Amino acid sequence: MTDMTDIPTTVIPPEESKGRSLFQLGVLRFRRNRAAMTGCVILLFITIFSFFGPYFISHTYDQVFPSYVTAPPSLEPLPRAETLGDVMEGVASRARVELREFNVEGNTFTATIHSDQPIDPRSTRYFDRANEFDNTQVTATEEDGRTLKLTGEVHREYFPFGTDANGRDMLARVMLGGQISLAVGFLASLVSLAVGVTYGAISGYIGGRIDNVMMRLVEILYSLPFVFLVVVLVVFFGRSFILIFLVIGAVEWLDMARIVRGQTLALKRREFIGAAQALGLTDWQIIRRHIIPNTIGPVIVFVTVVVPKVILLESFLSFLGLGVQAPLTSWGALISEGANKMQSAPWLLIFPAIFFVVTLFSLNFIGDGLRDALDPKDR
Amino acid sequence: MTADSMGTTETVLSVRGLKVDFTTPDGDVNAVKGIDLDVKPGETLAVVGESGSGKSQTMMGIMGLLANNGRVAGSAKYRGKELIGLPLKGLNEVRGSKITMIFQEPMTSLDPLYTIGRQIAEPLVHHKGMTFKQAKVRVLELLKLVGIPEPERRMNSYPHEMSGGQRQRVMIAMALANEPDLLIADEPTTALDVTIQAQILDLLRSLQQRFGMAVVLITHDLGIVKHFADRVVVMRRGEVVEKGTIKDIFEEPKEDYTKMLLASEPSGSKEPPADTAPIILEGRNVAVDFAIGGGFFFGSNAVFRAVDGVSVRLKRGQTIGIVGESGSGKSTLGRALLRLLPSSGHYHFGDKNISNFDRSAMRPLRKELQLVFQDPYGSLSPRQTVGEIITEGLRIHEPQLSRADRDKRAVAALKEVGLDPAARNRYPHEFSGGQRQRIAIARAMILKPKVVILDEPTSALDRSVQGQVIELLRDLQEKHGLSYIFISHDLAVIKAMSDYVIVMKNGKIVEEGATGDIFEQPHQAYTKTLMAAAFDLE
Repeated sequence: MTDMTDIPTTVIPPEESKGRSLFQLGVLRFRRNRAAMTGCVILLFITIFSFFGPYFISHTYDQVFPSYVTAPPSLEPLPRAETLGDVMEGVASRARVELREFNVEGNTFTATIHSDQPIDPRSTRYFDRANEFDNTQVTATEEDGRTLKLTGEVHREYFPFGTDANGRDMLARVMLGGQISLAVGFLASLVSLAVGVTYGAISGYIGGRIDNVMMRLVEILYSLPFVFLVVVLVVFFGRSFILIFLVIGAVEWLDMARIVRGQTLALKRREFIGAAQALGLTDWQIIRRHIIPNTIGPVIVFVTVVVPKVILLESFLSFLGLGVQAPLTSWGALISEGANKMQSAPWLLIFPAIFFVVTLFSLNFIGDGLRDALDPKDR
Repeated sequence: MTADSMGTTETVLSVRGLKVDFTTPDGDVNAVKGIDLDVKPGETLAVVGESGSGKSQTMMGIMGLLANNGRVAGSAKYRGKELIGLPLKGLNEVRGSKITMIFQEPMTSLDPLYTIGRQIAEPLVHHKGMTFKQAKVRVLELLKLVGIPEPERRMNSYPHEMSGGQRQRVMIAMALANEPDLLIADEPTTALDVTIQAQILDLLRSLQQRFGMAVVLITHDLGIVKHFADRVVVMRRGEVVEKGTIKDIFEEPKEDYTKMLLASEPSGSKEPPADTAPIILEGRNVAVDFAIGGGFFFGSNAVFRAVDGVSVRLKRGQTIGIVGESGSGKSTLGRALLRLLPSSGHYHFGDKNISNFDRSAMRPLRKELQLVFQDPYGSLSPRQTVGEIITEGLRIHEPQLSRADRDKRAVAALKEVGLDPAARNRYPHEFSGGQRQRIAIARAMILKPKVVILDEPTSALDRSVQGQVIELLRDLQEKHGLSYIFISHDLAVIKAMSDYVIVMKNGKIVEEGATGDIFEQPHQAYTKTLMAAAFDLE
């Protein structure tokens, strides 16, 4: 911009009529920041994983596999071939029959069972009841029904993240936890954004006594202990998903309101606000059209800090048992459960923790990138 | 004037092929494109150019003070010692000790956390190895030297306790602390009032003679250059256009650009309107009080009277110039006349008594009463396109207009102020200062106002651009029969623009009258000082 002179016709090329806004310049700078762009891509992948992943796996988050309680993570399908025999033994003893022969070929099994009494063909139910076997049918009846030949399918399950203490698939649960943690993170941040920006802009712009009263109110809310507030609200309204948004939003907007108020106080002195007053705009029009758009830079940066903070807060609530309720779960709740079984089943802690940490890192890198991109000093 | 030193071969600073580049998202910007300069001992070299000519960046590049995205190349030798590419430690031996700098903005170039005594002692402690106690004697001496009254008491003051002129003196004292060879003064007086500007320049000149140091004066003000410098370098777009002695440049400029710069002093005058012209805006006994301090529970009791019983009558087609130094209440008066501030007094607009109008009652009248601000960078919202900025008033005052109609009006308004209508889809930061001021004027003019208050509309602009804006304002006044109140500290501009002048000081009118009378036969001592400071320099 250094070689601009004041001869207008030479400066504005007539064919190019679209200008670049400060926001677009910011986007350009952001795109050049490799760490921030990597953060964006990773966050996108985690979001897709959490929200669309459940459509690609066969288990639901609340499906219990009693046969596979705290199964360690493995890329091999369960049950393993060598354990199938034991499983079949167990099933046979439950059905009070004797297992004479057992073979597995691919996904089908054949078994020969024998008993002193004629066996009721309906006892194949016992075989279907186990998670491992399905569609058990009687192929041949020998010795007056005392020996049955059975065939059926071996049901193989994949648990790449293992299962938890109730035999639920950790992969599905991590996906669900991601959905809830990300939703809480972004929605509660949006709530705090909307409330905080409006409140701060009004307080800062109007100023004087109203500003004083509004800011004292913020300080009073600040001084309430957060956990106490949550416990009180939970006692009064019972536990619900909505409440988590409300509680977290109710705490997080305070910071936002202060930041926006500070920005507004600085903006209020700028001449374009004076110009807007001289044009006859009402206070609300000035706040909406001039104050809020100009606070957007620091606000966006702050939101990227609030999102991880909110996710952490939700984890904290879940950790205390005040957050989401089973069978729903969140990363925080998963980590809390995993921490209890850290020694016996470390995968319960490791997988949700990896996703959580990677998300927080991505958000922080994005926040740093945005701060650099929107930094007015660089303009 | 040390003309004899011109002959000596020794140079204090010798710059060869200096280039300064800035890396931006849109590619590299070449701020300085290979310039050569020589500064000889004891002389004053003025570097003149409009904003963006690279004059400051040249010096910043030499001193290693560029912004992070800046790069410097070429050669700059201080008494034979290469400065470019010198590691920070080596550079610090020279800078602050042998070469020192004073900056434009005395309000921000002092650290508000330390007393001025401590800040002046800082370079002494760093470069001469004194303790703060030892340095105290020297600090007192320096404060006396730069003419700070009561130096013993003042050395314990904090910057906010001092006026702009005093702060600039402190800056000079800091720069002189180590008796430098070369003082680089980057627009040292631009932010100061005219009377103080003259004092600071006198001070610099006497100090220069005493210490025999060389001064590089960076400025856009040719009036200062003529009286202060020995040689001039004219810069434009990062290149040296012309260099020579004061006499050569001012009497026989060779380049067209130099001629243009010299001829860009505002000229012309305005005929007063006919005596029968109706009074369009009147304020009688205007007074504005600002409350100082005060908390939540107790209202404030201290009151500062910014404007004290001033009366103004503006006739249709008239331009009243209001002159005064900073803090004289001239801008406050302008806003009070538009009822933008709580104020007492009687106000009439046309035949309406608007004394008791509150904000909502004033709103419909805002269309007729417009305001143009000083700072073309601050007065346009950075997040709106030019089109949105200039049509905002229409959305308020003529809501019946369709989007297409508004767009048509915007095109017309931009054409009227001499801008390409394509500009309306662009953002303010893409325009230069003069263009932005045109946009601000378009925003006021699109409403077809009757009265426009111009609050220092040209002060932030280069002289040549100033001339264009003044021409534009004159044309618009003639075409639409506008009445202006022109607020400025710049007497040359006031003289060219207005037919009636009010001189203000401390919220009161010192003198008023027709422009010719005030400028030729000022009666009050204060007016005379102002005139002397402004015109004797030029």
